[in-house]
Amino acid sequence: MNTLAEPPSQQFHSDANRSSTDAPRRAAVRRALSNYQTARNRTGATFTDWKSARASAATIKHEALNHLDRYLEEFEQKFTARGGQVYWASDSKQARDYILELAKKNNVRAIVKSKAMTGEEIHLNQALLAEGYGVVESDLGEYIQQLKGEPPYHFVFPCMHLRRDEISDLFHRELGTAKTDNPEELTMIARRVLRRAYVEADMGISGGNFIVADTGMISITENEGNARLTVGLPKIHVALIGIEKVVPRLADLALFLPMLATAGTGQHMTGYNSMYGGPRQTGEIDGPEEFHVVFLDNHRTRLLADPEQRDALHCIRCGACLNVCPIFKNIGGHSYGTTYQGPIGSVITPHFRGLEDWKHLSGASSLCGACTETCPVGIDIHHHLLHNRRNAAAQKPAKGEQLLWKAFSFLMKRPSLYRFAMKFAPLGGLLHPLVQGTPMDPVAGWTGSRDFPAAPLGSFRERFRAHNAAKQSAAHTGGAR
Amino acid sequence: MRVTLFIPCFIDSLYPNVGMSMVHVLERLGHTVEFPEEQTCCGQPPFNSGYWDEARSVASKQIDVFKDAEVVISGSGSCGAMFKVFYPELFHGHAREVDAKALSSKTWEFSEFLVTKLGVADLGARFEGRATFHDGCHGLRELGTKQAPRELLKHVKGLDLVEMTEAETCCGFGGTFAVKYPQISTAMAEVKCNSICETKADYVISNDSSCLMQIGGWLNRNVGSVKCLHLAEVLASR
Amino acid sequence: MISHQGDREAILGRVKEALREPAPLKHPAERSAGGEPTTAHFREWLPPVGAAIEERLDLFRKLSETLRSELIACASVREAAAEIASLASAGGWKTLALHQGELVDALLPLLPASLTILPLQSGYDKDQLEACDAGLTECDLLVAQTGSVCVTSKNSGGRVLSVLPPHHIVIARTGQLVTDLTEAYQSLAAKYRDGYPSMISFITGPSRTGDIERILVLGAHGPKRLTILLLP
Repeated sequence: MNTLAEPPSQQFHSDANRSSTDAPRRAAVRRALSNYQTARNRTGATFTDWKSARASAATIKHEALNHLDRYLEEFEQKFTARGGQVYWASDSKQARDYILELAKKNNVRAIVKSKAMTGEEIHLNQALLAEGYGVVESDLGEYIQQLKGEPPYHFVFPCMHLRRDEISDLFHRELGTAKTDNPEELTMIARRVLRRAYVEADMGISGGNFIVADTGMISITENEGNARLTVGLPKIHVALIGIEKVVPRLADLALFLPMLATAGTGQHMTGYNSMYGGPRQTGEIDGPEEFHVVFLDNHRTRLLADPEQRDALHCIRCGACLNVCPIFKNIGGHSYGTTYQGPIGSVITPHFRGLEDWKHLSGASSLCGACTETCPVGIDIHHHLLHNRRNAAAQKPAKGEQLLWKAFSFLMKRPSLYRFAMKFAPLGGLLHPLVQGTPMDPVAGWTGSRDFPAAPLGSFRERFRAHNAAKQSAAHTGGAR
Repeated sequence: MRVTLFIPCFIDSLYPNVGMSMVHVLERLGHTVEFPEEQTCCGQPPFNSGYWDEARSVASKQIDVFKDAEVVISGSGSCGAMFKVFYPELFHGHAREVDAKALSSKTWEFSEFLVTKLGVADLGARFEGRATFHDGCHGLRELGTKQAPRELLKHVKGLDLVEMTEAETCCGFGGTFAVKYPQISTAMAEVKCNSICETKADYVISNDSSCLMQIGGWLNRNVGSVKCLHLAEVLASR
Repeated sequence: MISHQGDREAILGRVKEALREPAPLKHPAERSAGGEPTTAHFREWLPPVGAAIEERLDLFRKLSETLRSELIACASVREAAAEIASLASAGGWKTLALHQGELVDALLPLLPASLTILPLQSGYDKDQLEACDAGLTECDLLVAQTGSVCVTSKNSGGRVLSVLPPHHIVIARTGQLVTDLTEAYQSLAAKYRDGYPSMISFITGPSRTGDIERILVLGAHGPKRLTILLLP
């Protein structure tokens, strides 16, 4: 992946094209997701009314986002009153610099990290490693990806694309362990390495699933217990979290925790759901001496400023839209070239990183709507892909394409011209010269891999006319008899 | 009832038999079928490509064409969804918003019209063979059509309907997507068609001809033995 | 030097500016009879739990089984101690870490003399705790709806006793079993009116991962086993 020289759209095209013909990898991804839908349907069915629960979740998130300033301030006030510190970072660099500064000030040597997509977003590990800090990812999937030197493939299931033998080879190469095809043995290898990392780390860095305004807490959802250890043992805890992750009340988690679990993995509750309201308090046995929450904007306010798409910030990063997306399943997570893959990533990345550079992701969708259907917080994901397409065309129309659609609309507004064209050059043959030899050429795009239907004798309108004429003459004959 | 057909451009030119089957089914039920010849395209191609002004001008023409219709029946879930779901969005805040909503509210997908509006399930059709049904995404998710076509097919004598595991998975057509991203689109078709073949069906039936163009295109090239049929064609056969 | 709060004012300013135009609510939740938004009424849409204590217990038992938690009903503290003794001998335990608390204190004198006890106090040795065979804790609540054990840094021996040793044993009373998460949060709010512990954690089954081919493996990091000893 030559990401430095290649523009994102070219990288996407070449990676997506390569991945969509990689049959073994596609099969591995499909296999990994095969049980997800079953589990999710089963758990979803235990709700008395999933759709109403979803509407409630959307309503709460709508309330949170539309009063975001108030809730962030409320969190800050509650959290700092309990000895926590809040740092507001406008962009990646500011967030990285603050964390580096903290590490330096506290003579930190070793850092353990639990899964945080915000960390990926701001390239935190690279920055820490460059300054000489040891950083270990503690989530098993993230740890595997770190060893492999690859970004996560899926923002909830980081190494879902890897087969066990590939992981075994990786461990053998990087850790010198014996090869095994047993997932449990592989997990235990990582367990042994990572338990030392928790004990030795001076700083634990986490993300956060929810910012709870009324009690000043950060809520973290995980299955492995690695986040519990990451924020339990080291003397400093830093939680890096996007400003949109707010829920107004602690009690709201009674809805969001089961919904996140159901949509994310098909569990009815994730293994550990923990709420942290400050550093170690008086009388407590352990816990960090310092707890810093870093609020990350990094262009979230740009998306917030678009009322039409503001609900994209409702996202609780469950990953369900990736799990059901036929595009994701066929091109895989790395093709996107983004921190947040899949349908929701295609919606938000243009807002975070620029529409012109990232609009191709919104185009690369059949708009099947499986994402919108599955979203537990009611985001109109595939409609937002349409909005991005519209905004991109308005911002900087592609000249050839614009001409094509102008011609198309000219033709389609003129039924007689349309009928003429259909008669002598079926299905827009008239328009074909406009796109011939371009990526928009339907003939070249289609016939490389699919047959085109044989042209029938006579269009529908001709046959319908004949049918009516026959009916009329039959009526006449009938009348004369 | 006076029923007005909306026959999308590609059904008009490539699948005239689908349109005629709809005519036969509706006439057998005693309805008067109309086809305003001024109709062209719903405008979905430019709409999906982001060129909403161009889409609006095409759409506006269709709104005129169907102004006097009592009910509008579409043989494609996707083009039906364009009328029903996307026109109100396309014209949101525009002069013709009310007209767009009026067209939306009288538009029906073919199977939904038969089952929900007319309350008919048994059309006296006979069709011998083993078949599986493909849910077109727009029909399924924009219009919420899932049971109606199955209800109709259940009553077709001689038809052995088997569900495929990937019935609700997109076939990969997606309009211009199919030619802008042919590799991805083809990979999706492959997944869909493998699932169809697993059922050992002789026919794949759908209520959307655009999906069938994609599915048929892949099957013809790679398998050859499974045939594509529109729901109306099955319902019209005796 | 970095300013203490970073870009606080700038970010809040951008948020306020962005929110000048309200966003439409696309999926309005059902409203209650009183016209209040349902934010508090979602409870009725979630997986239902029976009202009677037997129904709650049945559900908790059923979910524990699915989650592979081991739920053992004990008639007395003495019986609970005997369960721990048999787990210890079966597992070949040498060291058991625990914290002070009403139930643990009652258990302590009844535990086998062969077990080395590591009582967790302020400033414990991390390596020593890491090397323990099991951790024994109390909990704040049990949740029937989810099969969860709710621990806090205040009542369960701090932040990591319940998650670092490879076997976590919880000692609880049936009276601690609440219906659902809503009741759990209500109960915590009442209990900690004067300040929440720094950590509240709902533990739902032993540590698990599906990161390798989405195949379930228990004990990714912390407890491979979770045993709940339930007293009347």
